[in-house]
Amino acid sequence: MKLEDLKKIREKHQKDMILRDGDARVRVVVGMGTSGIAAGARETLRTFLEEIEKRNVADVIVTQAGERGLSSHEPIVTVFEKSKPNIVYGNVTAEVARKIVAEHIVNGSPLSDYVLEVSE
Amino acid sequence: MKKRLDVLICGGAACIASHSHDFKARLIEVVKDKGLDEEINIIETGCMGPCELGPVMVVYPDGAFYIRLKPEHAEPIVEEHFLKGRPVEELLWHTPEARKIVEEKRQVPFFEKQRKVVLTNCGRIDPENLNEYIGHDGYLALGHCLTEMTPDAVIETLTASGLRGRGGAGFPTGLKWKLTRQAAGDVKYVVCNADEGDPGAFMDRAILEGDPHSVIEGMTIAGYAVGAANGFVYVRAEYPLAVRRLRNALDQARQAGLLGENILESGFSFDLEIRIGAGAFVCGEETALMASVEGHRGMPRPKPPFPSQSGLWGKPTLINNVETLANVRHIIMRGADWFAGMGTAKSKGTKVFALSGNVNNTGLVEVPMGITLREVVYEIGGGIPGDKALKAVQTGGPSGGCIPAEQLDTPIDYESLAELGSIMGSGGLIVLDEDSCMVNMAKFFLEFCVEESCGQCSPCRIGLKQMYEILKRITAGKGEEKDIAQLRQMSETIKSTSLCGLGQSAPNPVLSTLTYFMDEYEAHIQEKRCPAMVCTDLITYTVLADKCVGCTACARKCPVNAISGEVKKVHVIDQDTCIHCGACFQACKFAAIERR
Amino acid sequence: MTRSDILEKYPKAGDNLISILHDMQNLSEWNYLSKEDLQAAADYLELPFSFVHGVATFYTMFSLEPRGKKVIRVCQSPPCHLTGATEVAAELSRILGIGFGETTPDRLFSMEMTSCLGVCGVAPAIMINDEVYGNLTADRLKEIIAEKRREK
Repeated sequence: MKLEDLKKIREKHQKDMILRDGDARVRVVVGMGTSGIAAGARETLRTFLEEIEKRNVADVIVTQAGERGLSSHEPIVTVFEKSKPNIVYGNVTAEVARKIVAEHIVNGSPLSDYVLEVSE
Repeated sequence: MKKRLDVLICGGAACIASHSHDFKARLIEVVKDKGLDEEINIIETGCMGPCELGPVMVVYPDGAFYIRLKPEHAEPIVEEHFLKGRPVEELLWHTPEARKIVEEKRQVPFFEKQRKVVLTNCGRIDPENLNEYIGHDGYLALGHCLTEMTPDAVIETLTASGLRGRGGAGFPTGLKWKLTRQAAGDVKYVVCNADEGDPGAFMDRAILEGDPHSVIEGMTIAGYAVGAANGFVYVRAEYPLAVRRLRNALDQARQAGLLGENILESGFSFDLEIRIGAGAFVCGEETALMASVEGHRGMPRPKPPFPSQSGLWGKPTLINNVETLANVRHIIMRGADWFAGMGTAKSKGTKVFALSGNVNNTGLVEVPMGITLREVVYEIGGGIPGDKALKAVQTGGPSGGCIPAEQLDTPIDYESLAELGSIMGSGGLIVLDEDSCMVNMAKFFLEFCVEESCGQCSPCRIGLKQMYEILKRITAGKGEEKDIAQLRQMSETIKSTSLCGLGQSAPNPVLSTLTYFMDEYEAHIQEKRCPAMVCTDLITYTVLADKCVGCTACARKCPVNAISGEVKKVHVIDQDTCIHCGACFQACKFAAIERR
Repeated sequence: MTRSDILEKYPKAGDNLISILHDMQNLSEWNYLSKEDLQAAADYLELPFSFVHGVATFYTMFSLEPRGKKVIRVCQSPPCHLTGATEVAAELSRILGIGFGETTPDRLFSMEMTSCLGVCGVAPAIMINDEVYGNLTADRLKEIIAEKRREK
């Protein structure tokens, strides 16, 4: 490809494009670096997928990322939402993952006990 | 024509006082310039309510509520929102529940105090999705270099930025690139040292797992700058996920024409291969690394010649650390001045540190050079668990030293850490609390080097072993007065005569602890006592006659039958038989066993 | 996949030796390199057997002796040491009935010491073949070993 083509791809995939242009309202990003995996992130990821399917929540996508850095609070999960601040959660076990789906994603009420960071 | 957008700008008194008219005028101007005035309806309304957020504006049918508007916001809003249908997120007001959380200041300082450059994408993008990397400005720097910059210009930018090698030695990166470029020969190589072997270091692993393309891009730019057509990434075998993600990224980059032949149709070709280590710390040393890439035992060789003159297969080779390479694209995109604007006079930019040990928030932190150790440990790291006192921070792994609590306000940079008898190293920061024994720590690091020594040269192979034997004696309660002088003398010899960096720096933890914690050495040697009660052989257990009720719990637990006594009578521990395991101390429910 | 399949994947250049040795060891059920493996690599790359033997014995991750199906590597570096690596090692010994450098009678597990695994943030940590486990406690260890036994 040429540089112009690269720039076109960049435009299409800029920050939060997946949410703006796509059908998704929420994007759940599970930290899957080795620290996260060693702390149980695979189970966390699996739980999100299962729970979302079980509850038939259509406008949510779940993806993975590397580690954000706060190893002592792994597994770490970031929730991106259309027109809302991004929320980073820590210590997200399978149980907490289920709560995030039920309370935050479905009912719109973030779990403040597990919140590490909020950014707009 | 029916107007497709209704734009309502608040004309309430407060907003006008906040200069909403200036914004409105500029908006109308931009809309007209873009030929949208037929489609967009701009109306001024009465007061909308949240006066402290003014000037405010609502766009229908979207319902996007903009706040705190200024004339310079007009253009982006028209471009992004009116023309492309993408409301400008940063300028919008958010819903009440989310605002509540923001107001409650739900921020752990861990993230707040960092300055992410190299770690920008880690934890945010999917490392297996090339489009996401590109969407976050990926490969733009490479494109810029190939189309707008000469190799010399790239090297000048790197040099002006002040970037120094992040693997530990801190050699000026621009200079290394220049030397490699200037070296004679048509065949050159670029090597990425991803053999992160320092105990306590995991920065490079996170970068490779979380943002592998950033390293590929950095290496390709390096290849362009020095005139290399091939490169290798040498990854330690203990990092299988990093290898997988990197391999995947290489495939993707090749398929997209961002690596391999004729990159971005610029005429420049460059390709990379992965080489995996096999469990040898010494292969982090550049000459040993190259030997390993060539398929040999990882034995270092003397320098000069330096790799930039004669490296892989005798050809000029540029070897850089993962973090160094990950900085390259940022420097190209944002400029040398931007990078040099962070950090201290001689240590520019940011550094990623790995916090571990006795600290609450363990993990990776990226901070500007010059931040103090106290800030890193207490404000970012959240302090010590159990509110214990800090004894020292070990920096630089087995090549480094311990920074004691009194020196915690030292700004972290290459020079200041060296002055204190330590080194920056690759970035591992191991926090040690008041219950750590510094003599034991020194012994630990020395043991590591003894095991990892390649065995080639006598000072390291024999010298380190002898130093280790001395430390073993000291921690077993068999230390002698002459040991300290001997440790010092041997350290000097080993440092100045070892073949490579491993041997040359292995005595550092010993020297550093001798400087700052001599009292602990003296206690071990003269009093046969370990103040922190870590060295088991030096802990004495005695039964307190006034507390012992003769329950026999300790005697039953003792693995060597060193405790004698009848039921309901005071027990006695035979010090000659005792192996100092502490089982009796754990077993006693009456606090009748004293531990000293 | 067979030994020849592995060799054929690589061009006949000496710098592929370590990758070849890794692949052959991973193929082996007992996580080791046999004399035949070394000879095959030497023949393919046209290197002396002694040279290949020298390379295999230099690197700690290669074993010339059969090991268990699952090799457990316990990190012994300072950050893990400070957060309980000694207890982890002791607990593993208790559960498996073996010490460092030994293999269980059913040949399922081997236990080895290793240097820093690079997950110091979730110390203490171990690696079982390619997988890393952190934040270890006695209970977690029991679960992990039980899971590994079920895997076979």
